[in-house]
Parts: sequence; C-alpha cells; structure tokens
Amino acid sequence: MSAPPSPHFLPTGTVYGTLLNFRAEFEALAPKMSEPPYKAPPRAPVLYVKTANTWSPHGAAIALPADVPEVEVGASIGMVVGADGDIEGFVPMNDLSVPHASFFRPPVKFKCLDGFLGIGPALRDAQEVADPASFRMEVRINGTLKQSLDFSALVRPARQLLADVGEFMTLAHGDVLMLGCGPGRPLARAGDRIEISAPGFETLVNTLVGEVA
Amino acid sequence: MKHARIRFGNAVHEAVERDGRLLLADGRLVDFDAVDWLPPLAPTPRPRTILALGLNYADHAKELEFKAPEEPLVFVKGQSALIGHRQKTFRPAGVQFMHYECELAIVVGKTAHRVKRDDAYDFIGGYTVANDYAIRDYLENWYRPNLRVKNRDTCTPIGPWLVDAADVPDPMALALRTTVNGQVTQQGNTRDMIFDAPFLIEYFSRFMTLSPGDLILTGTPDGVVDCKPGDVVVTEIEQIGALQNTIQGQA
Repeated sequence: MSAPPSPHFLPTGTVYGTLLNFRAEFEALAPKMSEPPYKAPPRAPVLYVKTANTWSPHGAAIALPADVPEVEVGASIGMVVGADGDIEGFVPMNDLSVPHASFFRPPVKFKCLDGFLGIGPALRDAQEVADPASFRMEVRINGTLKQSLDFSALVRPARQLLADVGEFMTLAHGDVLMLGCGPGRPLARAGDRIEISAPGFETLVNTLVGEVA
Repeated sequence: MKHARIRFGNAVHEAVERDGRLLLADGRLVDFDAVDWLPPLAPTPRPRTILALGLNYADHAKELEFKAPEEPLVFVKGQSALIGHRQKTFRPAGVQFMHYECELAIVVGKTAHRVKRDDAYDFIGGYTVANDYAIRDYLENWYRPNLRVKNRDTCTPIGPWLVDAADVPDPMALALRTTVNGQVTQQGNTRDMIFDAPFLIEYFSRFMTLSPGDLILTGTPDGVVDCKPGDVVVTEIEQIGALQNTIQGQA
C-alpha cells in the first residue's frame, strides 16, 4: 500500500513531466509538427503525469517487465512547489519510458509502469539556486558518459514554464514539475546502473533489473 | 452504504446518507444544504492516481468522428482538478465550447497488481459520479487530450457519494444522464462501454499497480453540449447519485 520507509526524498504531491522543453529536441521535431497527427506545433506546455506507482527512491532497483527489453532514460530536474506556490527546491529525476515515437496520445502505458521514476536522494533548497538555467547534468550508464544536459537551452525556462502551466492549473504544495528531458536520451537494459549527476546536487543512482517471474 | 466527505462548521467529517440527511460519525444529523461537499474520497498516503478514459462509449466515439479505439485511450489527472458536489466550475472568458462528461468513476478498494478479469471486482471498493469537463478550445494533438483541456482547476467535480461496491450488483448496467438547467441533454447506459470495469482493472494492473483510493473515470456516452456561465449541470448515474455543479464565468 504505502511505500516502504526510505531515508531519501520522495514527493508528497503529483509529479508532472514536460514534453519537448529542450530547444534541440523541439527543433528536431519541428519539420513534422505541422503534419498529421499533430497538424500544428504545441502552443501550451505539454505535460504528463508520473503516477505514484512509478516512484523509485534513490538506490532502488527498478524492475523491467519481461516484454520491455530496454527503456529510455529521461534525466531531468524536478521543481518542487512550496506552500506559497513558489519553488521550494530542485531534485534530479530519472524519468524512464518504454521507447515510443508518437506523442499524439497520452503516454500512460509507456511512462506509468511501476518504478519508472527514479527520484534524487535530496532536495536542493531553491535559495541556493540563483538561476536554474545554470544547471548542468550528466548521465552515465555503467560508468560511461551517455548524455550531457545544459538547462540554459530550454524552450521555456523554469519561471516561464511555471507561469505558462499556472495559466491553466494550480500546482499545489508538494507537486513537482520537471523541466523536460533533453535530446539524445540513452537506452538502458536490465543489469545497467544509471547514474545521474549534476553539480550542486546529490547523485541519483538506480539499477535496472529483470523482472522476477 | 453511501459515504460522503463534507465540511461542516470548521471541520471535515466523514458522513453517510441516512433518510435524506447526512449522519456524521459523532451521531449528528445534518441537512444536505447545510454543508460543503468535498470529493467523497478518504485521503491517501501518496497522491492518488486518477486515470480517465476517452472515447469509451461507441456512440461518443462516433460523435467525435473517431473510430472506436482498439485499446483504452487513457489520460491522467492530478488530484487538484477534483472538487465536490454543489461546487462551481470556472469557464474562462472567450472560450467557444466547454462541455460536461458524465462518467462512472471506479474507486479502487485494494492494491491491484496483475489482476485477472475474473477477479477484478474483488479490487473495486466502490463507485461515484464524475463530471470530467473539457474545454475543447484548448485541445491540441500532443498527448491528446492534453492537460490544458483535462486537468484544469475545478473542472472535475466528483461525488456526492462513494457507494460501496457491494451495493451495486451490476455496475455494467446503469443508466446515466445529464441535465442542464433541468433539460435532459445526455443519456446512456454503462452497458455500452467499449472497455468495461473488469477489463480496465486487468488492463491497467498489468503494468501499473493500483492502490486503494485510486480512480478510474470510465468515459462518457453521446450527448455533450456547450455550457454557459450560470448553467446548473447535474450528472446522474442510477444507484450511484446525482452530482450537481454550476458553471461560473471567469474573467
């Protein structure tokens, strides 16, 4: 029922992810945005929910179902909403997905599998952060660098993303809004150790394991 | 039994329906119009998962010019979208088409992981009525229906009652109807769902564990119409309840 006690950070509210918020990823898809099924580029922020069954604390092993040979690693940083609606802190996240090419329908069966969100061990207080655009992040799989992210290259920088989301829904205390996952997301398989590090943050590590029948 | 969750005085109470009034846990009986109705759902230790189906009635799929889906079209809401019975839902200024959706909501009763269809009803705790408003002006073909359409503040009234599953012998044969200012605008029956409750429990629990208090909003039949500020919208399901909501204009 409730998650086992963990010494590590876990959210208390709803976790929202943001699609296509890195400029390079948005631009790569731009030529197809006016074609079916999309017919037009996205206007408002495109969000999805990482339901509570997906939450894996730092250090947890994440089981891949037998019919999911590999997953896409979506490293990101989540903004945690404070009591006054402002940002209380930031936390690294490992937003796993079953690889999928289409963004037309909501990605529940690709993104809401049990365990599919690794959550950084500790919240970094927002008061320590002058500008989220300064965040840099590296993804290593079994020790090998696979992806580098620069959060100055966002379609909607943190404050603008919050404002544009706030236009249509209120983020409650404890809710988390991820800044987006970058282009070139690496794939990982059972047995892989995924390490997401960012200067100023405690590193997030999760291991993928094969399903126990 | 029909369970409600209300604010009365300055406190939140659990209550049950008793002869047309609310019986509080402390024994007091109060009138329906003496309280503020909250979503009839006990708090959960983690944010509840709210799954909602699109195009789950053959007639509605036809109305929207889509062929019936081969697997459930599902999206997720956050808890903040929920409000209770007899509350107000905002219609932004300038929008052209905002419509209700009367839906049977399944409330998960116990942890469900890889449940088989034949066992599915054992995992359902009860049922309530949801009105899953949509503002079609904001529809985009990115993770459609996108959250700007489906996760707006105040746009998912739910209640008034959580009805125990044991009191609903056949949830797949319930009449649904919606009235706007007393005029019937939507009628259907849960027997016309494309993916029924046992299918949905099996389908979702195959890849995501459902926890007590999680919700599955099962989609709406034919007959959605635009609602204007001041309209009183009642979404009603046989044996489950009549959920009332009023549209309020927003600058």
